[in-house]
Amino acid sequence: MTQVLTRDDTYLADFQALDRGQHGDAAWLQPLRQRAWSRFTELGFPTAVRGNERWKYTNVAPIARSSFKHPVDIRPDDLSEAAKLLGRAPAHADWTTLVFVNGRYAPALSTALPEADGLRATSLAAAFATEGAVVEQYLTRYAAFDDEAFTALNTAFLRDGAFVAVPDGASFPSPIHVIFVTTSRGQPTVTHPRTLVVAGRHSSVTLIESYLGHASGPYFTNAVTEIAAGEGARIDHYRLLLEGRDVFHVGTSRARQEADSALSSTSFAVGCALGRNAFHVLLDGQGGSSVLNGLYRIAGKEHLDNHMGIDHVRPHTTSRMNYRGILDGASTGVFSGRVLVKKEAQKTDAQQHDKNLILSREAQSFAKPSLEIYADDVKCSHGAAAGDIDEDALFYMQSRGLDRRTARKLLIQAFASHIIDTVKPEPLQDYLNRLFAGALPGFQFGDTP
Amino acid sequence: MLVIRNLHVSIGDVEILKGVDLTVNAGEAHALMGPNGSGKSTLTKALAGHPAYTVTQGEVVFQGKDLLALSPEARAREGIFLGFQYPLELPGVRTYQFLKSAVDAIRAHRGLEPMDIKGFSKLLDEKMKVMEIDPALMKRSVNEGFSGGEKKRSEMLQMLMLDPKLALLDETDSGLDIDALKVVANGINAQRGPSKALLLVTHYQRLLKYVTPDFVHVLMDGRIVRSGGRELAHELEEKGYDWLREPAKSGARA
Repeated sequence: MTQVLTRDDTYLADFQALDRGQHGDAAWLQPLRQRAWSRFTELGFPTAVRGNERWKYTNVAPIARSSFKHPVDIRPDDLSEAAKLLGRAPAHADWTTLVFVNGRYAPALSTALPEADGLRATSLAAAFATEGAVVEQYLTRYAAFDDEAFTALNTAFLRDGAFVAVPDGASFPSPIHVIFVTTSRGQPTVTHPRTLVVAGRHSSVTLIESYLGHASGPYFTNAVTEIAAGEGARIDHYRLLLEGRDVFHVGTSRARQEADSALSSTSFAVGCALGRNAFHVLLDGQGGSSVLNGLYRIAGKEHLDNHMGIDHVRPHTTSRMNYRGILDGASTGVFSGRVLVKKEAQKTDAQQHDKNLILSREAQSFAKPSLEIYADDVKCSHGAAAGDIDEDALFYMQSRGLDRRTARKLLIQAFASHIIDTVKPEPLQDYLNRLFAGALPGFQFGDTP
Repeated sequence: MLVIRNLHVSIGDVEILKGVDLTVNAGEAHALMGPNGSGKSTLTKALAGHPAYTVTQGEVVFQGKDLLALSPEARAREGIFLGFQYPLELPGVRTYQFLKSAVDAIRAHRGLEPMDIKGFSKLLDEKMKVMEIDPALMKRSVNEGFSGGEKKRSEMLQMLMLDPKLALLDETDSGLDIDALKVVANGINAQRGPSKALLLVTHYQRLLKYVTPDFVHVLMDGRIVRSGGRELAHELEEKGYDWLREPAKSGARA
């Protein structure tokens, strides 16, 4: 892979400081970080050069060129700032909420999990000590870093994050909400949020991940999530990118599903200077099904790259991708959906759709669906569409007395509702309806009349 | 109520209406008939303000106002309703929310507060009964997946909810079986009154059995070539349009 060299050695200095300072960690953690660091230095940041299909539409040079400081510990100021910022995230009294400030667990801002049926929802730092064996078994197993520079960098700084483990047969309808908050430190910072979800056989769980931070300048969030779905497990996953207009966010999610498991993951994103939402699923058991949905709204010079991949490696597996983008200003949106069907994966049923609403002349969307099929008895399809708001629909609404602005708003909301309506937790659905209607403080959208 | 003088309308470079004159007074129902392509739909779309229909000459006065100077929504708020021949599907826009927003927009223009939910629901129930509409349709997206008959009844429901002064109904009878036609006719008749007016665009006389017009006009090649009472519709039913064609053409040349 071609690489872009970072301009300064902030990452190196911060890595060395971390490497020296973490003596209390599990014995396997330090060598893991060191391996990840050396892999990162070999790979460097990826570039959008010809032949590098994974980064074809996204130029990470602005990330590579900048200097981001890694905040070491939570300060009292961070806590009060984070508490304010949390007001922008969805919330509900029944949810279990784990808050991470600059990557470190903040128990003071989190709601304790009611002890029930052995569910674990805690920090990785705590889990290293109490259930190191489980963590070691799964961590980095699916989010490999040998070919992923951002994952390597995340792993090099691994020392905390969210850990959710659901025992076999247990069912938790009430969501677990993991929030990663970045506070202002007077200079651009980087955090490496990490989430590990292990769902046991025939368990079910709902997980929400939210990413947000201060609005006083750029910062970089480099998040990695790993999900292990046991046989027959049901996981409802939501990923909310709520970061500001100057923010760089690279999110890499990896899931492996065993037989008859069902994973549904829906991502929502508003704004972001440069955002990447990568999700890869390995359907590694007969009868497994995955749904990867997404909705985003970008404007200005924002760029969001949704990079989806599903590998069907066993028979009778099903996958659906359904992404919708609302693009204004001179923003660019990318959807690439790769479906791989291995020879053994007969009776695969895979569909992907990408639909974009382009609100201005300068906004652009790129769709790159790809089907790679080695089995002969499969049902696979893809479709992509992009268009402006339908003038005839606008006229129809105007002829009923609605002004153009209101009619446009209703049509944009209608476009978004196709994804929002699939959200199961009601408070989250309400929140998203308000968010995408531009009705939440801090998340207004300029409306082109 | 509505005075149209020498109206010329083009779509792109093609002139469709070539000088239409028509006066509609309060309390009257006018039927506009004519063969395909004569410009009937164009007239209704132009009156409602569709941006693709360019008025190149003439004037339209609606209740003393220059209608052509108004935006489509302002025309609707002044009391013009267009019943579409092909009502649009609006996936994701809930019918209930759409109706409520429209009713409130028109009320705001009349200086009224938004309707409270209870009053609105009561009014909606009442009008749904007239149009024999399944209340479950209100939770669905506007016209999405509706049958042809449901779409037309939904148009009439919108009309009754918005309570316009002048309803322009573009082939509201097309594609309906006889039972649906009767329901739609009930809706149209519910819209009649001394302060209201109707302009019905239709191909056939069958709707006119249920909605009796006061005047019938024949539009051919962009002009009104014949006007008369309701008996003209019967004459057209018997003789078709061809007997009117020659005078229309010679008129065009004159």
